[in-house]
Amino acid sequence: MNQGINQRTLCGWGQYPKTETELLNVHSQRRIAEMLAAPGEKSLIARGMGRSYGDSALAEQTLSTLHLNHLIEFNTDTGDIRCAAGVTLSELLEIFVPRGWFLPVTPGTKFVTVGGAIASDVHGKNHHLHGCFSDHVSALKLALANGDIITCSRSENASLFYATCGGMGLTGIILNATFRLIPIESALIAESSYKTANLAETLERFEEFEQATYSVAWIDCLSSGQKLGRSLLMLGEHVPQGDLQAHRSGKLKVPFNMPSQLLNRYSVQAFNTLYYHKQTRSHAQREVHYDPYFYPLDGLHDWNRLYGKNGFTQYQFVIPKAAGLEGMQTILQRIVASKRGSFLAVLKAFGKANDNLLSFPVEGYTLALDFKIDATLFAFLDELDRIVLDFGGRLYLTKDARMSETTFKQSYPNWEAFAEIRAQTGADRCFHSLQSLRLGL
Amino acid sequence: MKNILVIGATSAIAEQTIRLYAQQGARLYLVARDVEKLETIAADARVRGAADVKIQTLDVNDFATHETVIEQAFATLGQIDVVLMAHGTLPDQAACEQSVELTLKELNTNALSTISLLTLCANRLQTQGSGTLAVISSVAGDRGRQSNYVYGAAKGMVSIFLQGLRNRLFAHGVNVLDIKPGFVDTPMTAAFKKGPLWAKPQQIAQSIVTAVEKGKHTLYTPFFWRWIMLIIRNIPETIFKRLKL
Repeated sequence: MNQGINQRTLCGWGQYPKTETELLNVHSQRRIAEMLAAPGEKSLIARGMGRSYGDSALAEQTLSTLHLNHLIEFNTDTGDIRCAAGVTLSELLEIFVPRGWFLPVTPGTKFVTVGGAIASDVHGKNHHLHGCFSDHVSALKLALANGDIITCSRSENASLFYATCGGMGLTGIILNATFRLIPIESALIAESSYKTANLAETLERFEEFEQATYSVAWIDCLSSGQKLGRSLLMLGEHVPQGDLQAHRSGKLKVPFNMPSQLLNRYSVQAFNTLYYHKQTRSHAQREVHYDPYFYPLDGLHDWNRLYGKNGFTQYQFVIPKAAGLEGMQTILQRIVASKRGSFLAVLKAFGKANDNLLSFPVEGYTLALDFKIDATLFAFLDELDRIVLDFGGRLYLTKDARMSETTFKQSYPNWEAFAEIRAQTGADRCFHSLQSLRLGL
Repeated sequence: MKNILVIGATSAIAEQTIRLYAQQGARLYLVARDVEKLETIAADARVRGAADVKIQTLDVNDFATHETVIEQAFATLGQIDVVLMAHGTLPDQAACEQSVELTLKELNTNALSTISLLTLCANRLQTQGSGTLAVISSVAGDRGRQSNYVYGAAKGMVSIFLQGLRNRLFAHGVNVLDIKPGFVDTPMTAAFKKGPLWAKPQQIAQSIVTAVEKGKHTLYTPFFWRWIMLIIRNIPETIFKRLKL
């Protein structure tokens, strides 16, 4: 049969946690349905490129969707593309940028699958205007726990649609999806960046530039006092005319796990200071290709190895707009005081939340930081969790490897509705990830 | 615009090669046994930019149908620039050793069917006076080893047949390309543990397209197999017969 089973040690992008799993390589939608119809004893979760950071794509059995990699249909008038769940965003860009189409929403790496983008309901630099990835999905095909294959959309099996988008693969296996690409006239992005002196100014700038298509701020998470939250705010617009050249695959690669001592307080501080001062003027403009603009880290393959063999976790939270400045200041101060710097600290203003049960974004501000894992990190993050919850915020499941069940259930009020849909479709007897077990789903 | 006929179009290497030709805007005629998979691959090729895609089912072991299928393909495409033959199985060597029937069946699938199809295509390409016959054999065909000599014998037979064909068709402007992949991570080899010598079908596909363009006659892919097989071929038989290969 077209099925290979391999016993493997797998982990997410953060290389924490690692687990033994049976990796199932299934080559057709029909085989997936047959496999599900013959129920097993073990927990099962779908896995695409393995770019979720923590334990959301790990289980006793992990089904790779990478073999479901076919394009199905493209409507050249509307830009609607239907493709199998294992197609990567990188591949879509290679095929469609030269024809003048771009992704409606893209996360910070192009190495994710369409299925993963839906299950994580990824967001990008245009969330404030264009929402999450799933907001551009019109329909998807889902294999349920009993092997039935159904279509879900906002009008057909709607409750499953809203549960599956952002549902971390816990409702079934996404087989294919239809979503709408956006027309572009050039592969370039006109980038405009502003230096801000502190957090208040950063948030003001986000307000000021709320009409910019793309906006994100890199924040210096080590400076304190008057300079707390000083940032480089980067705006972007598609260039109205020009070359439509897709990206090329990069060659640079981190060959093995680096000694984790390389990333210490001093090296991170030096990096943050240099990065902030790399732009001397308070405002700069340039045109850049979409690849370095959206995916600066994709140029360095396996960059997660920079954090060493013990791995790292990305802490991404959102707090509602009302809690805005005060909340963000409180949390940032706590991070600065901990002296746990992060190379990557990214701040973004979110637009309105969508109707998906477990989607992360709510209107407000989100901050993402990478932390190297050490003996004291999780206690510190528990402390941050409490502050985030106090401000009415929550954490992104796709980045999470350690939050508690209580934290999750307090901050995702729709978890019960989600659990009910899982029970109705039998998903709770089949689909589990290490994360869903940890979070009591 | 290129016209391409692919036999064994659902094999992983063929599928990736089809994608590359589709992106170039080729016209494709895809032949394989499983109609469902063929339709999936055809739809994919259309979205990727193929000018036209036709599909045809064929069980290569049904020799009686070969002539009609090849005739139909040439009639549909008119001129054919590339014929890629990629069908095949990986025989269970231990099972073959216990069954004459199975051994012959595997030789049918992996050698005789190819030779039948090659004979039919070669004559048409000769008349046409142009084109490339690209056939996936294997490094396994370079020397018989105890672990898979049924497969090796089949592929070796194809390779020698191709040499003769190349010699014959050279004067008629037809190139014959023998593609010898090493270990490739495909559904056919799903049961094997993968190591550093293993390649992805995408890499193999890219090297095939390049070799066709350059008019090469033999392609070891990835390239290092040329050197590995040079050594393997040159080990004296008195030593070779003692090895556990």
